[in-house]
Amino acid sequence: MGEENVMSDDILVIAEHDGSNVVDVTFEMLSAARELAKDSGGKVLAAMAGGAALAGSLGAFDRVYLIDDPAVSNYSPEAFEKAFTHVVRDVDPGLVLTSTSTMGLDLAGGLSVAWPAPLVSYVVGLGREGDDVVATSQIYGGKLLAEVVVDSPHAICALIAGSFSGQPSPEAGSPDVETVSLEGIGPSRTSALAVHEPDSGGVDITAADILVSVGRGIGSKENLEIIEELAEALGAPLAASRPVTDQGWLSKPHQVGKSGKKVKPRAYLAFGISGAPEHLEGMRDSELIIACNTDPDAPIFDVAHYGTTVDLFDLVPELTECIQA
Amino acid sequence: MVLLKQLPDLVEELEPSPDGTDIDREFIKFILNEFDDQALEEALVTKESSGAEVIVVALDEPEVDQVLYTALAKGADRAVKLTGVPAGTWVPTHLRAAILAPFVRELAPDLVLTGVQSAEDLDGQLASLLGGYLDLPHAAVVVGLEVKDSIARVVQELGSGRSVEEQITLPAVLGIQAASQAPRYAPISKIRQAMQAGGLEELEAPAPVDSADIAIAQVRIRRLYAPEKSTHAEMLTGDPGEVATRIAEILRSKGLVKA
Ligand SMILES: Cc1cc2nc3c(=O)[nH]c(=O)nc-3n(C[C@H](O)[C@H](O)[C@H](O)COP(=O)(O)OP(=O)(O)OC[C@H]3O[C@@H](n4cnc5c(N)ncnc54)[C@H](O)[C@@H]3O)c2cc1C
Ligand SMILES: Nc1ncnc2c1ncn2[C@@H]1O[C@H](COP(=O)(O)O)[C@@H](O)[C@H]1O
Repeated sequence: MGEENVMSDDILVIAEHDGSNVVDVTFEMLSAARELAKDSGGKVLAAMAGGAALAGSLGAFDRVYLIDDPAVSNYSPEAFEKAFTHVVRDVDPGLVLTSTSTMGLDLAGGLSVAWPAPLVSYVVGLGREGDDVVATSQIYGGKLLAEVVVDSPHAICALIAGSFSGQPSPEAGSPDVETVSLEGIGPSRTSALAVHEPDSGGVDITAADILVSVGRGIGSKENLEIIEELAEALGAPLAASRPVTDQGWLSKPHQVGKSGKKVKPRAYLAFGISGAPEHLEGMRDSELIIACNTDPDAPIFDVAHYGTTVDLFDLVPELTECIQA
Repeated sequence: MVLLKQLPDLVEELEPSPDGTDIDREFIKFILNEFDDQALEEALVTKESSGAEVIVVALDEPEVDQVLYTALAKGADRAVKLTGVPAGTWVPTHLRAAILAPFVRELAPDLVLTGVQSAEDLDGQLASLLGGYLDLPHAAVVVGLEVKDSIARVVQELGSGRSVEEQITLPAVLGIQAASQAPRYAPISKIRQAMQAGGLEELEAPAPVDSADIAIAQVRIRRLYAPEKSTHAEMLTGDPGEVATRIAEILRSKGLVKA
């Protein structure tokens, strides 16, 4: 490997916030970056767009590049990509960490082409071997892991939220904040119109002790009846994976996962849910997880405490009877 | 234009190939990436409301003819298969984007739709990479789309129930998460009709964008493996009645059954 392939030890984390708080995955990326920088002595930096008032709560970064400009006052994929690309090129870190959030999905590819730098997505583990970055990615809906070696002076890794531990640690120091201006970035073909907050109507699945959750394995809206009977017997609200709400079989407030609700009930019963990373993100911290899936290799069994491969159509009516008995 | 891609059916058993750097693709079943199906549906809905022409495009990968004919049966106007691409192996998304970019540039559609992600997107998602190579605005996790004149109004989910709405001057590339209605179903008879009518255009894939080489070469899969099942669930076996009894007991022991 030539001299030109030596990677800078500095790591730049693309910080995320929701307008009022720094999002947890930011601290997960921070701790992953700290772990990597421990041996190399590199600096751990953050770039954040908008949210000037939140820069102080970023804690243990060595420096924060705050993009404070009307162009990023509301989320716009194009403006954010241009802004972050500008900062990344200017700072020239070895490694950029982002997440597989909407902002991360929007940013990573464009940045990979523009910077340029190779990109590894769905990352759940991260290390260095000499000058190479070694990332572990969760592919095929969590069924396989890929160990990927990146031999490049620059790299971008998009992390799956919840795969690294990380706590907000605002007390750990107040990073030096550098404000970045966006002059010369040019006009955008994308203009933000509005941010919609979640509608709080309907069920609140986050408050329940026990949730009966159903996935695509249920097959149709009509089949939901047996699940509803079980839920009623348990006095539990119904929860669901994304395909169930996308099909309109249950309404959106029932959805658990990355784009739905994060839940942590005392018991989570999953029927016909494969356990894709985006679903696990919303329920993996439940106290007790019991999963029913006819596929013995379904990833849901890796987070469940108890599992069964009995067909849900056979199991659910029996279970309802046992509960009523 | 809708970009479609076949994926191994995740309900099947997936095994690493003997050299451990790809999956064993010989005997597995392929299905259309579920998000590409959503993208196709959104394109068809857009066609119905605005009279757009829908062109579906796929690289020549296993079982892809079926997908293209199904799209024609559902109402797509043209179907193109790009030949001369690496076959029977994992195609990095950078390479996919680098092959598609010159093709998209030549056809110059107003809007390119594809699925938000695929389960094989180890090196990034198509919409944003393609947007990058073409220098076009792009957006991921799209759940709402309305096209009028050459402006798209787009809704993107931000997570936790929040969403953002924006206006994009076309052309643009969108990664569709969910169409405004569930993907339609094409009856077998119609698919068969489409197959008999032929109408699948086979075109030689253009040379990939040069600059993609580097990003592709620098990402190397060293090992592909099933996650260690150290935290695997305790499996409850027996007939449905026995398993149900065990589950009820577990819930009762935690005080979660009221009666
Ligand atoms: C940006 C983004 C955000 C997302 N957000 C979310 C989210 O918030 N929540 C979410 O859930 N997903 C989300 N997803 C989707 C996610 O990737 C998966 O597509 C989804 O979780 C799959 O749902 P599922 O497990 O119900 O369906 P599938 O993966 O299709 O699984 C169905 C399972 O049912 C089993 N099954 C079938 N029949 C039976 C039977 N008779 N008895 C028992 N088992 C049976 C099958 O073996 C299979 O494992 C998101 C995706 C993206 C890209
Ligand atoms: N760095 C960021 N990461 C994720 N989302 C962001 C970021 N900056 C802004 N947003 C989104 O854009 C919206 C408006 O941002 P703000 O004006 O800074 O409150 C917020 O509600 C966020 O959802």
